[in-house]
Amino acid sequence: MMTLEEFVKNVELEIDDLPPGTLTAEINYRDLETWSSMYALIIIAYVDSTFSVMLTGEDLRNCNTVKDLYNLINSRL
Amino acid sequence: MALFTINNVIISGISACVPKNEELNSDYNLLTENEKNLLIKTTGIERRRIAQNNTTTSDLCYTSAVALLKKLNWDSSEIDLIIFVSQSPDYYLPATSILLQDRLKLPKTAMAFDINLGCSGYVYGLSVISSLMATAKIKKALLLSGDVSSFSINKKDKSAYPLFGDAGTATALSYKEGCEPIHYNLQSDGGGYEAIIITDGGVRNPINKDSFEETEIEKGITRSKINLKLEGMDIFNFSLREVAPNINNLLSFANKEINSFDFFVMHQANKLMNESIRKKLKIDAEKVPYSLDKYGNTSSASIPLTIVSELKEKLKGEKKNLIISGFGVGLSWASALICTENLICTQVLEYE
Repeated sequence: MMTLEEFVKNVELEIDDLPPGTLTAEINYRDLETWSSMYALIIIAYVDSTFSVMLTGEDLRNCNTVKDLYNLINSRL
Repeated sequence: MALFTINNVIISGISACVPKNEELNSDYNLLTENEKNLLIKTTGIERRRIAQNNTTTSDLCYTSAVALLKKLNWDSSEIDLIIFVSQSPDYYLPATSILLQDRLKLPKTAMAFDINLGCSGYVYGLSVISSLMATAKIKKALLLSGDVSSFSINKKDKSAYPLFGDAGTATALSYKEGCEPIHYNLQSDGGGYEAIIITDGGVRNPINKDSFEETEIEKGITRSKINLKLEGMDIFNFSLREVAPNINNLLSFANKEINSFDFFVMHQANKLMNESIRKKLKIDAEKVPYSLDKYGNTSSASIPLTIVSELKEKLKGEKKNLIISGFGVGLSWASALICTENLICTQVLEYE
Protein backbone atom coordinates (compact mmCIF):
# COMPACT_ATOMS: atom_id res chain seq x y z
CA MET A 1 0.00 0.00 0.00
CA MET A 2 1.49 3.33 -1.05
CA THR A 3 2.29 5.92 1.61
CA LEU A 4 -0.01 8.84 2.38
CA GLU A 5 2.53 11.15 0.78
CA GLU A 6 2.55 9.15 -2.45
CA PHE A 7 -1.27 8.99 -2.42
CA VAL A 8 -1.59 12.77 -2.09
CA LYS A 9 0.90 13.29 -4.93
CA ASN A 10 -0.82 10.73 -7.18
CA VAL A 11 -4.27 12.19 -6.60
CA GLU A 12 -2.96 15.66 -7.48
CA LEU A 13 -1.39 14.24 -10.67
CA GLU A 14 -4.61 12.48 -11.67
CA ILE A 15 -6.64 15.64 -11.24
CA ASP A 16 -4.05 17.42 -13.37
CA ASP A 17 -5.65 20.78 -12.73
CA LEU A 18 -3.78 22.08 -9.68
CA PRO A 19 -0.38 23.78 -9.34
CA PRO A 20 1.94 21.11 -7.85
CA GLY A 21 1.88 21.12 -4.05
CA THR A 22 -1.59 22.68 -3.77
CA LEU A 23 -3.09 19.43 -2.56
CA THR A 24 -1.98 18.38 0.92
CA ALA A 25 -3.07 15.55 3.21
CA GLU A 26 -4.65 17.92 5.69
CA ILE A 27 -6.62 20.55 3.78
CA ASN A 28 -10.35 20.21 3.35
CA TYR A 29 -10.53 19.33 -0.36
CA ARG A 30 -13.94 20.99 -0.73
CA ASP A 31 -12.27 24.27 0.17
CA LEU A 32 -10.07 24.13 -2.91
CA GLU A 33 -11.00 27.06 -5.12
CA THR A 34 -11.39 24.84 -8.17
CA TRP A 35 -13.07 21.89 -6.40
CA SER A 36 -15.90 20.48 -8.48
CA SER A 37 -17.68 17.17 -8.88
CA MET A 38 -15.25 16.52 -11.77
CA TYR A 39 -12.50 16.17 -9.18
CA ALA A 40 -14.68 13.73 -7.24
CA LEU A 41 -15.19 11.58 -10.36
CA ILE A 42 -11.47 11.59 -11.11
CA ILE A 43 -10.67 10.51 -7.54
CA ILE A 44 -13.33 7.77 -7.61
CA ALA A 45 -11.96 6.42 -10.91
CA TYR A 46 -8.35 6.58 -9.72
CA VAL A 47 -9.07 4.80 -6.43
CA ASP A 48 -11.13 2.13 -8.20
CA SER A 49 -8.48 1.32 -10.78
CA THR A 50 -5.52 1.54 -8.36
CA PHE A 51 -6.92 -0.17 -5.25
CA SER A 52 -10.10 -1.87 -6.54
CA VAL A 53 -11.95 0.09 -3.86
CA MET A 54 -15.18 1.78 -4.88
CA LEU A 55 -15.67 5.16 -3.22
CA THR A 56 -19.15 6.63 -3.46
CA GLY A 57 -20.37 10.21 -3.54
CA GLU A 58 -21.47 9.57 0.06
CA ASP A 59 -17.90 8.63 1.04
CA LEU A 60 -16.55 11.82 -0.46
CA ARG A 61 -19.18 13.83 1.39
CA ASN A 62 -18.31 12.12 4.69
CA CYS A 63 -14.58 12.66 4.33
CA ASN A 64 -12.95 16.06 4.48
CA THR A 65 -9.27 15.60 3.81
CA VAL A 66 -7.17 13.46 1.49
CA LYS A 67 -5.88 11.80 4.66
CA ASP A 68 -9.48 10.80 5.50
CA LEU A 69 -9.80 9.25 2.06
CA TYR A 70 -6.50 7.42 2.46
CA ASN A 71 -7.62 5.95 5.79
CA LEU A 72 -10.99 4.98 4.37
CA ILE A 73 -9.36 3.17 1.44
CA ASN A 74 -7.03 1.33 3.82
CA SER A 75 -9.97 0.17 5.90
CA ARG A 76 -11.57 -1.34 2.78
CA LEU A 77 -8.55 -3.18 1.41
CA MET B 1 -31.13 -14.45 -15.40
CA ALA B 2 -31.66 -12.82 -18.74
CA LEU B 3 -28.63 -14.49 -20.30
CA PHE B 4 -29.59 -16.00 -23.65
CA THR B 5 -28.67 -16.70 -27.25
CA ILE B 6 -30.61 -15.84 -30.37
CA ASN B 7 -29.96 -17.68 -33.62
CA ASN B 8 -30.62 -16.93 -37.25
CA VAL B 9 -30.83 -13.16 -36.99
CA ILE B 10 -28.23 -10.82 -38.46
CA ILE B 11 -27.76 -7.06 -38.53
CA SER B 12 -27.81 -6.10 -42.21
CA GLY B 13 -27.24 -2.37 -41.92
CA ILE B 14 -27.12 0.67 -39.66
CA SER B 15 -27.81 4.33 -40.27
CA ALA B 16 -27.57 7.41 -38.05
CA CYS B 17 -28.83 10.97 -38.26
CA VAL B 18 -27.94 14.01 -36.16
CA PRO B 19 -29.21 17.60 -36.26
CA LYS B 20 -27.02 19.87 -38.35
CA ASN B 21 -26.91 22.45 -35.55
CA GLU B 22 -23.81 22.08 -33.41
CA GLU B 23 -22.93 23.48 -29.97
CA LEU B 24 -19.43 23.60 -28.55
CA ASN B 25 -18.63 22.99 -24.90
CA SER B 26 -15.95 25.65 -25.19
CA ASP B 27 -18.84 28.12 -25.67
CA TYR B 28 -20.77 26.97 -22.58
CA ASN B 29 -20.33 30.09 -20.51
CA LEU B 30 -21.91 28.91 -17.29
CA LEU B 31 -18.44 27.46 -16.69
CA THR B 32 -15.14 29.30 -16.25
CA GLU B 33 -12.41 28.69 -18.84
CA ASN B 34 -10.74 26.35 -16.38
CA GLU B 35 -13.95 24.43 -15.70
CA LYS B 36 -14.63 24.12 -19.44
CA ASN B 37 -11.20 22.63 -20.04
CA LEU B 38 -11.59 20.20 -17.17
CA LEU B 39 -15.05 19.19 -18.38
CA ILE B 40 -13.83 18.58 -21.91
CA LYS B 41 -10.81 16.66 -20.67
CA THR B 42 -12.72 14.50 -18.17
CA THR B 43 -15.88 13.77 -20.13
CA GLY B 44 -14.23 13.82 -23.54
CA ILE B 45 -17.16 15.80 -24.94
CA GLU B 46 -16.14 18.74 -27.15
CA ARG B 47 -19.28 19.33 -29.15
CA ARG B 48 -22.85 18.15 -29.49
CA ARG B 49 -25.65 18.32 -32.02
CA ILE B 50 -28.81 19.98 -30.77
CA ALA B 51 -32.19 19.65 -32.47
CA GLN B 52 -33.96 22.83 -33.53
CA ASN B 53 -37.39 23.79 -34.87
CA ASN B 54 -39.22 21.09 -32.91
CA THR B 55 -37.29 18.31 -34.60
CA THR B 56 -38.23 15.08 -32.87
CA THR B 57 -36.44 11.78 -32.35
CA SER B 58 -38.81 10.21 -34.85
CA ASP B 59 -37.75 12.77 -37.49
CA LEU B 60 -34.12 11.77 -37.01
CA CYS B 61 -34.97 8.06 -37.00
CA TYR B 62 -37.21 8.43 -40.04
CA THR B 63 -34.42 10.10 -41.99
CA SER B 64 -32.02 7.33 -40.97
CA ALA B 65 -34.50 4.61 -41.94
CA VAL B 66 -35.24 6.05 -45.39
CA ALA B 67 -31.54 6.29 -46.21
CA LEU B 68 -30.86 2.82 -44.88
CA LEU B 69 -33.71 1.15 -46.78
CA LYS B 70 -32.45 2.82 -49.95
CA LYS B 71 -28.88 1.73 -49.42
CA LEU B 72 -29.94 -1.85 -48.67
CA ASN B 73 -32.33 -1.84 -51.58
CA TRP B 74 -35.17 -2.96 -49.35
CA ASP B 75 -38.75 -2.10 -50.10
CA SER B 76 -40.88 -0.86 -47.15
CA SER B 77 -43.44 -3.51 -48.04
CA GLU B 78 -40.97 -6.18 -46.95
CA ILE B 79 -40.73 -4.97 -43.32
CA ASP B 80 -42.87 -6.97 -40.89
CA LEU B 81 -41.70 -5.47 -37.60
CA ILE B 82 -40.68 -2.02 -36.40
CA ILE B 83 -39.61 -1.13 -32.86
CA PHE B 84 -38.92 2.44 -31.70
CA VAL B 85 -36.70 2.87 -28.63
CA SER B 86 -36.77 6.33 -27.07
CA GLN B 87 -37.61 8.39 -24.02
CA SER B 88 -38.56 11.39 -26.15
CA PRO B 89 -41.52 10.04 -28.14
CA ASP B 90 -43.65 12.27 -30.36
CA TYR B 91 -46.70 11.87 -28.11
CA TYR B 92 -47.50 10.50 -24.69
CA LEU B 93 -49.73 8.24 -26.79
CA PRO B 94 -50.10 6.74 -29.40
CA ALA B 95 -46.76 4.97 -29.71
CA THR B 96 -44.34 6.64 -32.12
CA SER B 97 -43.43 3.35 -33.82
CA ILE B 98 -46.93 3.21 -35.23
CA LEU B 99 -46.65 6.73 -36.62
CA LEU B 100 -43.41 5.61 -38.22
CA GLN B 101 -45.12 2.52 -39.68
CA ASP B 102 -47.35 4.93 -41.54
CA ARG B 103 -44.68 7.47 -42.41
CA LEU B 104 -42.34 4.81 -43.76
CA LYS B 105 -45.21 3.20 -45.68
CA LEU B 106 -44.77 -0.16 -44.00
CA PRO B 107 -47.59 -2.64 -44.59
CA LYS B 108 -50.50 -2.76 -42.16
CA THR B 109 -49.50 -6.36 -41.55
CA ALA B 110 -46.39 -5.07 -39.76
CA MET B 111 -46.06 -5.22 -35.97
CA ALA B 112 -45.11 -1.93 -34.32
CA PHE B 113 -44.45 -0.88 -30.72
CA ASP B 114 -42.22 1.34 -28.55
CA ILE B 115 -39.70 0.56 -25.84
CA ASN B 116 -39.21 3.17 -23.13
CA LEU B 117 -35.50 2.94 -22.32
CA GLY B 118 -32.48 5.20 -22.68
CA CYS B 119 -28.82 4.28 -22.37
CA SER B 120 -29.49 0.53 -22.30
CA GLY B 121 -32.16 0.87 -24.99
CA TYR B 122 -30.21 -0.20 -28.05
CA VAL B 123 -29.07 -3.52 -26.59
CA TYR B 124 -32.46 -4.14 -25.00
CA GLY B 125 -34.08 -3.22 -28.32
CA LEU B 126 -31.84 -5.63 -30.22
CA SER B 127 -32.64 -8.42 -27.76
CA VAL B 128 -36.38 -7.92 -28.21
CA ILE B 129 -36.40 -7.50 -31.97
CA SER B 130 -34.04 -10.42 -32.61
CA SER B 131 -36.00 -12.67 -30.24
CA LEU B 132 -39.25 -11.90 -32.04
CA MET B 133 -37.65 -12.42 -35.42
CA ALA B 134 -36.13 -15.76 -34.42
CA THR B 135 -39.34 -17.06 -32.84
CA ALA B 136 -41.72 -15.85 -35.52
CA LYS B 137 -39.30 -16.22 -38.44
CA ILE B 138 -39.81 -12.56 -39.34
CA LYS B 139 -37.68 -11.89 -42.41
CA LYS B 140 -36.94 -8.17 -42.19
CA ALA B 141 -37.26 -5.72 -39.31
CA LEU B 142 -36.28 -2.20 -38.32
CA LEU B 143 -35.03 -1.06 -34.93
CA LEU B 144 -35.12 2.71 -34.57
CA SER B 145 -33.49 4.23 -31.51
CA GLY B 146 -32.48 7.64 -30.19
CA ASP B 147 -33.43 10.69 -28.18
CA VAL B 148 -33.62 14.46 -28.34
CA SER B 149 -32.38 14.78 -24.76
CA SER B 150 -31.82 18.50 -25.26
CA PHE B 151 -35.59 18.86 -25.10
CA SER B 152 -35.64 18.11 -21.36
CA ILE B 153 -32.40 19.53 -20.06
CA ASN B 154 -32.18 23.01 -18.60
CA LYS B 155 -29.47 25.11 -20.27
CA LYS B 156 -28.62 26.43 -16.83
CA ASP B 157 -27.76 23.00 -15.45
CA LYS B 158 -23.99 22.62 -15.80
CA SER B 159 -24.14 19.05 -14.43
CA ALA B 160 -26.20 17.85 -17.39
CA TYR B 161 -26.48 20.32 -20.28
CA PRO B 162 -22.94 19.99 -21.66
CA LEU B 163 -23.15 16.19 -21.69
CA PHE B 164 -26.01 15.33 -24.01
CA GLY B 165 -26.50 15.47 -27.76
CA ASP B 166 -29.40 14.53 -30.02
CA ALA B 167 -29.48 11.68 -32.53
CA GLY B 168 -31.72 9.09 -34.16
CA THR B 169 -30.63 5.80 -35.73
CA ALA B 170 -32.00 2.91 -37.74
CA THR B 171 -30.83 -0.71 -37.67
CA ALA B 172 -32.04 -3.19 -40.26
CA LEU B 173 -32.13 -6.86 -39.30
CA SER B 174 -32.69 -9.98 -41.41
CA TYR B 175 -33.62 -13.55 -40.68
CA LYS B 176 -30.75 -15.67 -41.98
CA GLU B 177 -30.53 -19.38 -41.17
CA GLY B 178 -27.14 -20.44 -39.88
CA CYS B 179 -25.65 -17.01 -39.27
CA GLU B 180 -23.57 -16.38 -36.13
CA PRO B 181 -25.72 -16.22 -32.99
CA ILE B 182 -26.14 -13.15 -30.80
CA HIS B 183 -25.65 -13.55 -27.03
CA TYR B 184 -27.27 -11.21 -24.51
CA ASN B 185 -27.05 -10.36 -20.83
CA LEU B 186 -29.69 -7.88 -19.62
CA GLN B 187 -30.18 -6.49 -16.13
CA SER B 188 -32.15 -3.96 -14.09
CA ASP B 189 -32.11 -2.19 -10.72
CA GLY B 190 -35.03 0.08 -9.95
CA GLY B 191 -33.44 0.98 -6.62
CA GLY B 192 -31.40 3.46 -8.59
CA TYR B 193 -34.36 5.09 -10.31
CA GLU B 194 -33.54 8.55 -9.01
CA ALA B 195 -30.08 8.65 -10.58
CA ILE B 196 -31.49 9.93 -13.87
CA ILE B 197 -35.07 11.16 -13.73
CA ILE B 198 -37.62 13.71 -14.93
CA THR B 199 -39.85 13.81 -11.85
CA ASP B 200 -43.00 15.56 -13.07
CA GLY B 201 -45.22 14.89 -16.08
CA GLY B 202 -46.08 11.24 -15.62
CA VAL B 203 -48.94 9.90 -13.54
CA ARG B 204 -46.92 9.66 -10.30
CA ASN B 205 -46.33 13.45 -10.17
CA PRO B 206 -48.80 15.01 -12.60
CA ILE B 207 -47.92 18.34 -14.20
CA ASN B 208 -48.99 21.27 -12.04
CA LYS B 209 -47.97 24.92 -11.98
CA ASP B 210 -45.08 24.21 -9.59
CA SER B 211 -43.61 21.79 -12.12
CA PHE B 212 -42.32 24.69 -14.19
CA GLU B 213 -40.69 26.58 -11.34
CA GLU B 214 -36.93 26.75 -11.68
CA THR B 215 -34.87 26.20 -8.55
CA GLU B 216 -31.18 26.88 -8.07
CA ILE B 217 -29.95 23.59 -6.62
CA GLU B 218 -26.44 25.00 -6.24
CA LYS B 219 -24.36 27.54 -8.15
CA GLY B 220 -24.52 26.67 -11.83
CA ILE B 221 -27.28 24.10 -11.44
CA THR B 222 -30.78 25.43 -12.03
CA ARG B 223 -33.68 23.27 -13.12
CA SER B 224 -37.39 22.58 -12.76
CA LYS B 225 -39.25 19.35 -12.08
CA ILE B 226 -39.85 18.81 -15.77
CA ASN B 227 -36.14 18.99 -16.48
CA LEU B 228 -33.84 15.98 -16.45
CA LYS B 229 -32.04 15.47 -13.15
CA LEU B 230 -28.72 13.62 -13.39
CA GLU B 231 -26.83 12.47 -10.31
CA GLY B 232 -23.49 12.04 -12.05
CA MET B 233 -21.66 10.43 -9.19
CA ASP B 234 -24.31 7.77 -8.63
CA ILE B 235 -24.32 6.79 -12.29
CA PHE B 236 -20.52 6.81 -12.31
CA ASN B 237 -20.40 4.43 -9.33
CA PHE B 238 -23.09 2.18 -10.80
CA SER B 239 -21.27 1.90 -14.14
CA LEU B 240 -17.93 1.13 -12.53
CA ARG B 241 -19.57 -1.51 -10.39
CA GLU B 242 -21.90 -3.30 -12.80
CA VAL B 243 -20.78 -3.09 -16.43
CA ALA B 244 -17.60 -5.17 -16.34
CA PRO B 245 -19.19 -8.06 -14.36
CA ASN B 246 -22.15 -8.07 -16.75
CA ILE B 247 -19.78 -8.45 -19.70
CA ASN B 248 -17.63 -11.05 -17.97
CA ASN B 249 -20.70 -13.13 -17.12
CA LEU B 250 -21.83 -12.89 -20.73
CA LEU B 251 -18.44 -14.03 -22.01
CA SER B 252 -18.51 -17.03 -19.63
CA PHE B 253 -22.02 -17.90 -20.72
CA ALA B 254 -21.09 -17.77 -24.39
CA ASN B 255 -17.77 -19.53 -23.76
CA LYS B 256 -15.78 -16.76 -25.37
CA GLU B 257 -12.50 -15.04 -24.57
CA ILE B 258 -12.40 -11.25 -24.48
CA ASN B 259 -9.35 -11.24 -26.77
CA SER B 260 -11.33 -12.84 -29.57
CA PHE B 261 -13.30 -9.63 -30.06
CA ASP B 262 -12.36 -6.99 -32.60
CA PHE B 263 -14.25 -4.04 -31.15
CA PHE B 264 -15.93 -2.98 -27.94
CA VAL B 265 -18.58 -0.34 -28.45
CA MET B 266 -19.84 1.16 -25.21
CA HIS B 267 -22.67 3.56 -24.64
CA GLN B 268 -21.03 6.98 -24.94
CA ALA B 269 -21.54 8.75 -21.63
CA ASN B 270 -18.29 9.95 -20.16
CA LYS B 271 -14.77 9.23 -21.35
CA LEU B 272 -13.30 8.84 -17.84
CA MET B 273 -16.01 6.32 -16.99
CA ASN B 274 -15.68 4.40 -20.25
CA GLU B 275 -11.90 4.31 -20.00
CA SER B 276 -12.19 2.95 -16.44
CA ILE B 277 -14.44 0.17 -17.73
CA ARG B 278 -12.11 -0.54 -20.66
CA LYS B 279 -9.17 -0.87 -18.28
CA LYS B 280 -11.13 -3.15 -15.92
CA LEU B 281 -11.82 -5.46 -18.84
CA LYS B 282 -8.20 -5.17 -20.03
CA ILE B 283 -9.20 -4.26 -23.59
CA ASP B 284 -6.72 -2.44 -25.84
CA ALA B 285 -7.54 1.17 -26.61
CA GLU B 286 -7.55 0.67 -30.38
CA LYS B 287 -10.47 -1.74 -30.06
CA VAL B 288 -12.62 0.90 -28.35
CA PRO B 289 -14.00 3.62 -30.63
CA TYR B 290 -15.47 6.88 -29.32
CA SER B 291 -17.94 9.27 -30.89
CA LEU B 292 -18.33 11.16 -27.59
CA ASP B 293 -16.10 14.00 -28.65
CA LYS B 294 -18.30 14.91 -31.61
CA TYR B 295 -21.79 14.04 -30.44
CA GLY B 296 -21.86 13.75 -26.64
CA ASN B 297 -24.16 11.31 -24.87
CA THR B 298 -26.83 10.38 -27.42
CA SER B 299 -28.75 7.91 -25.25
CA SER B 300 -29.96 4.80 -27.13
CA ALA B 301 -28.44 6.16 -30.34
CA SER B 302 -24.90 6.17 -29.00
CA ILE B 303 -23.90 2.59 -29.85
CA PRO B 304 -25.23 2.56 -33.44
CA LEU B 305 -24.03 6.14 -34.01
CA THR B 306 -20.52 5.18 -32.89
CA ILE B 307 -20.57 2.16 -35.20
CA VAL B 308 -21.61 4.34 -38.15
CA SER B 309 -19.24 7.22 -37.44
CA GLU B 310 -16.18 5.20 -36.39
CA LEU B 311 -16.44 1.64 -37.75
CA LYS B 312 -18.22 1.97 -41.09
CA GLU B 313 -15.17 1.05 -43.17
CA LYS B 314 -13.88 -1.58 -40.76
CA LEU B 315 -17.12 -3.57 -40.69
CA LYS B 316 -18.04 -3.57 -44.36
CA GLY B 317 -16.14 -6.73 -45.23
CA GLU B 318 -15.39 -10.01 -43.52
CA LYS B 319 -16.79 -11.20 -40.20
CA LYS B 320 -16.01 -9.08 -37.16
CA ASN B 321 -16.89 -9.79 -33.54
CA LEU B 322 -18.16 -6.98 -31.35
CA ILE B 323 -19.06 -6.54 -27.72
CA ILE B 324 -21.68 -3.82 -27.25
CA SER B 325 -22.80 -2.51 -23.87
CA GLY B 326 -25.36 0.07 -22.80
CA PHE B 327 -25.88 1.25 -19.21
CA GLY B 328 -27.66 4.02 -17.34
CA VAL B 329 -31.14 5.35 -16.76
CA GLY B 330 -33.42 2.98 -14.87
CA LEU B 331 -31.04 1.73 -13.69
CA SER B 332 -30.83 -0.56 -16.66
CA TRP B 333 -27.88 -2.21 -18.34
CA ALA B 334 -27.23 -4.80 -21.02
CA SER B 335 -24.47 -6.23 -23.16
CA ALA B 336 -24.43 -8.31 -26.31
CA LEU B 337 -21.91 -10.26 -28.34
CA ILE B 338 -22.63 -9.69 -32.02
CA CYS B 339 -21.00 -10.76 -35.23
CA THR B 340 -21.15 -8.50 -38.26
CA GLU B 341 -20.52 -9.54 -41.85
CA ASN B 342 -20.64 -7.18 -44.83
CA LEU B 343 -22.36 -4.63 -42.61
CA ILE B 344 -23.80 -1.79 -44.65
CA CYS B 345 -23.65 1.63 -43.02
CA THR B 346 -24.65 5.00 -44.38
CA GLN B 347 -22.68 8.16 -43.57
CA VAL B 348 -23.77 10.04 -40.48
CA LEU B 349 -26.65 12.02 -41.91
CA GLU B 350 -27.48 15.61 -40.96
CA TYR B 351 -30.97 16.96 -40.44
CA GLU B 352 -32.01 20.56 -40.72
